Amino acid sequence: MIGPSMIGSVAIEAVQMGFVLLAAPGLVGIVRAVKARLLRREGPPLIQPYRQLARLLGKEVVLAHNASWLFRTAPYLILALTWAAASVVPTFSTHIIFARLGDLIVITALLGAARFLLALAGLDIGTSFGGIGASREVMFASLAEPAMLMIVVTLAIAAGSTQLSSIAAFMLSPALGLRISLAFALIALGIVALAENGRIPFDNPATHLELTMVHEAMVLEYSGRHLAMIELAAALKLLLMISIIVCIFFPFGLGGMGAAGFLTGLASYAAKLGIAAVLLGIFEVSIAKMRIFRVPELLGAGLMLGLLATLLLYVSRSL
Amino acid sequence: MILVLLAGTAVLLALALAGAVVKGQGRSLYAIASFVAFLSAILALVSLPARPETLVLPLGLPWLGWHFRLDPLSAFFLLVVDLGAASSSLFAIGYGRHEAEPGRVLPFFPLFLAALQLVVLAADAFSFLFSWELMSLASWALVLVQHRDRESIRAGYVYLVMALLSGLALLLCFGLLAGASGSYAFSAMRLAHPAPGLAVLALLLALIGTGAKAGLVPLHAWLPLAHPAAPSQVSALMSGVMTKVAVYAFLRIAFTLLPIPPAWAGLLVTALGGITAVLGVLYALMQHDLKRLLAYHTVENIGIIFIGIGLAMVFRAAGGEEAAAALALTAALFHVLNHSLFKSLLFFGAGAVDRATGTRDMERGGGLIHRMPQTAFFFLIGCAAISALPPLNGFVSEWLTFQAILLGPGLPAWGPKIIIPVAGALLALAASLAAACFVKAFGITFLGRPRSREAAEAAETDRFSLSAMGILAVLCFLAGIFPAAVINAFAPVSRALLGAAMPGQSHLPWGTIIPVAAARSSYDGSAIFLLILAVTVLAVAGARRLAAHAVRRAPAWDCGFPDPRPVTQYTATSFAEPIRRVFGPIIFGAASIVRMPPPGATAPAEIETALHDRLWEIFYDPVAAAVARLADAANHLQFLTIRRYLFFVFAALVMLLFALALQR
Amino acid sequence: MGLGFDIAHMLAGLMVLASLLLLYQDRLTALINVLRLHGLILALAVAWQAHIQSAPELFVSAAIALLVKALVIPGALDRIVERLGIHRSVETVGGIGLTMFAGMALVALSLRVMLPVTAGADPVSRQDIALALSVVLIGLLVMVTRRNALGQVAGFLSLENGIDLAAAGARGMPLVVELSVAFSVLIAFIVIGIFLFRIRERFDTVDLAALEAFRGERR
Repeated sequence: MIGPSMIGSVAIEAVQMGFVLLAAPGLVGIVRAVKARLLRREGPPLIQPYRQLARLLGKEVVLAHNASWLFRTAPYLILALTWAAASVVPTFSTHIIFARLGDLIVITALLGAARFLLALAGLDIGTSFGGIGASREVMFASLAEPAMLMIVVTLAIAAGSTQLSSIAAFMLSPALGLRISLAFALIALGIVALAENGRIPFDNPATHLELTMVHEAMVLEYSGRHLAMIELAAALKLLLMISIIVCIFFPFGLGGMGAAGFLTGLASYAAKLGIAAVLLGIFEVSIAKMRIFRVPELLGAGLMLGLLATLLLYVSRSL
Repeated sequence: MILVLLAGTAVLLALALAGAVVKGQGRSLYAIASFVAFLSAILALVSLPARPETLVLPLGLPWLGWHFRLDPLSAFFLLVVDLGAASSSLFAIGYGRHEAEPGRVLPFFPLFLAALQLVVLAADAFSFLFSWELMSLASWALVLVQHRDRESIRAGYVYLVMALLSGLALLLCFGLLAGASGSYAFSAMRLAHPAPGLAVLALLLALIGTGAKAGLVPLHAWLPLAHPAAPSQVSALMSGVMTKVAVYAFLRIAFTLLPIPPAWAGLLVTALGGITAVLGVLYALMQHDLKRLLAYHTVENIGIIFIGIGLAMVFRAAGGEEAAAALALTAALFHVLNHSLFKSLLFFGAGAVDRATGTRDMERGGGLIHRMPQTAFFFLIGCAAISALPPLNGFVSEWLTFQAILLGPGLPAWGPKIIIPVAGALLALAASLAAACFVKAFGITFLGRPRSREAAEAAETDRFSLSAMGILAVLCFLAGIFPAAVINAFAPVSRALLGAAMPGQSHLPWGTIIPVAAARSSYDGSAIFLLILAVTVLAVAGARRLAAHAVRRAPAWDCGFPDPRPVTQYTATSFAEPIRRVFGPIIFGAASIVRMPPPGATAPAEIETALHDRLWEIFYDPVAAAVARLADAANHLQFLTIRRYLFFVFAALVMLLFALALQR
Repeated sequence: MGLGFDIAHMLAGLMVLASLLLLYQDRLTALINVLRLHGLILALAVAWQAHIQSAPELFVSAAIALLVKALVIPGALDRIVERLGIHRSVETVGGIGLTMFAGMALVALSLRVMLPVTAGADPVSRQDIALALSVVLIGLLVMVTRRNALGQVAGFLSLENGIDLAAAGARGMPLVVELSVAFSVLIAFIVIGIFLFRIRERFDTVDLAALEAFRGERR
């Protein structure tokens, strides 16, 4: 049972888990650097997010008098859930030991569980900022999750599976052709990814003004190592969504066997992450943040796009 | 086996009598009821894979008798009923101590339990309807416990009307099924072949009758009135168990008594289920009464169950899709079990909060996680389970339902191809709104700062209530981690109803379930749990190694503007406000009026939000108005002269002779 | 099936997307830009049809579509908006959510109706006609849900584009019909333009709700 392939899978899984955790702050750093350059600023160095995390880890934790055990344990669970989700996505190889756990619905639900805990932590201290963040966040989620699930439905009908490794294999196969439904699914997934990560146009990740806060409002009371874990989890979530998009729609370099395949997979994955970070930076600089009650319209459009993708899939399959 | 179960029911009936006669023995009554229900649950579990048994007792109508049958479907629902009954009775041992008028509760509670068991075991129309009405009446008596409260009176009235409607619809349905031969035993109905038109009519009547009891939109309006009015152990039973008995009734009629219905009937059920799910959770989000929120949420979960049932009907009608039908039915049955577990848990928690703070209003709660830590923990498990978060059980049934939905577009006809993904979108919307709803329910009630003196001084509830909640929480957890065992346990049900079951799950590693094929999709509950656990341990170890350990307590940061008054927190209404603004105008006709004072004035701004219950206005008000008009018109008959009355007698006689003449 | 079908399907799908985008817009300049996009996609779709049907006259149709529908008409609409100084937002009837959902239902309906009816025909034409019907229906929906007269003109023009898409997909539509169709559009446009100028002159507004008050007969 425990043969060389199993040890190999475990090793690759360990490499993936370590890589995603270490690369996530770097990804955020690249996005910030690109945005700064485009705005003709010097910008922080690329390793600034790592320095930020190290600084936070070294500080003491200041808890409000009425913070409960939920408030104190939530950061660990949020990081754990996001990290678990990131461990089951095939990033540079489909031979990870947890590949069969990499079901898109499961990943969506794990992120939903992290968000559930974060919203509760926001409400725990009983300030109005926590309430603002939590209520807006669940409103975004109530539309972003259905849009994500409609995308999953489209992909599952096209690829015949909800498992990411099977979908990636389908996308690599020659039976694919040029499918408009998948293009719509990509656009919708982009909208959902931006909404889930609280990027512009949904939320400004760099703001600390109450009118524009969603994620920042929920974590306002956190400090020290708790805040470090939550920031790391947020960066990890961004990496996770990018990895999902890359795994489904741009799976080139995935699935290779042996050491050469492993290295090509790793190199192509790192390249894809870098390109995605640059594109995200350019995108965020080009458009403005939406007013909060125009966000449901955009998310609703994403949901409709998912439905339209499913309908058009019927057309192309039944002809 | 069936004789033993009926003996248990007889014990419960005896308890009901004892409760009416003997005073002051509430705790022992509940304890005995809990024990009996627990034994029945074990027996039901054991008889799930066994052969069906029948029994005919010489009661009731002389030429019919009382038929009882224990087949896999009855055994499964009996298990659900008895688990709920056992935990509710255990809860009531502690909770019932503070009941103001135990004489109004104690006789009817065991009667309700007995009636629930009898409905599931009944095998002929008469005993079924008798037990059904007994169930309705016993729960109606329990709803009216607080008989001086205006809201309870109204709740009881609406409940009685809807219960009569469901009884009438089922009576007509069984009448159609019995046909001209008049054979009311289910075994005879199974063999009869009614005409297709009659079969469809019977199915629609069954849908109305059972839907009124289960809470399908638009027949749901009694649920949020009646469930909160009853004492908490009864609310848990009504939401968690009685609605499932209605689901049982629909499954019994649609899958065993009727021939295979056409595919459009399945699509209708699926669409109704989807609409019910979304409307139920939207209504739930607008509530600030904790028990009313839970009651509306039951409506949503019934919608999810009916989506699964509808899908099973569609696949069954399509022919050749037994595996898909089995998957859909398994998803629905799993959700039946899950919902009875976590809804009872949540109602117990709501009851504990009600006892501790004296009110069901969430907006007078807050900070209870410090005062009632164990209740808060179990309630959190219930909230996480009902929001379909892995690795708990709610996620498994939702995942299975989605897998069934994904098989829908494989059918050739266009109706399923379009309606099933739309139902999937509605299910996804309902699931995400449910998570929002329970963030609100747990967050406003238990977290934050206390908003009233009662919340600040609340005390933890007694250990019987806590143990009932704890047992259910553990069951939720186990069902989520070992879903394969649960699915294997009720595979006989889908085999009995559909002739096929999901592929055997027992040979798979750990708790993996594979609905269709391994390459397609699989879910491993225990592996996910272990992964999360392992990663949490890594995170904690990493923090311990790399981070500073100092912790300091200080006032809340609040962006530098800390306000000590608890009124500056979010309330339930304000938490739901973004969602109300998005969905409100369409669903509720919501309109907000904001009155701002002129700049410089120190008067407060006022915001007034009006919500209409559109379903009540569209479906219930016109019917009530029409009935009132009819009653007014018929009232004239009370004040006629003697000559007019004689004329009526004369006219009736002439008409009967005329009909006789025509018949010749 | 091949590349020919895939690209034709993609372009038709993009037209449906552009129509839905038209439904989503509530600002006049954005509306006119989406009309430009609509015309551009139509031109590309007709050109591709010309390529796979090997019908060179369709290339001329594509060029006309590009010129008239993607450049001239939207440009003229832009100038009208400037000259009339019309209020820049387009009031809609019913919420965005409901209208989008209605648009999706129309797409499902046209697929449901047209695909079985054309069974046995060439797959490219089948999907083309089905998606073109949805473009037409969404164009009608746009006309029905806009209060502003210019929004209704936009809906009418997108409807016209849908008819063109269907005609291009069906094999053998001669150039003459295309020319006459384009001319009728131009004439309708000129007439509508004149009317808009007159209405604006007279009543200072082109909002239909305000204009209702000036109707002759009373109810």
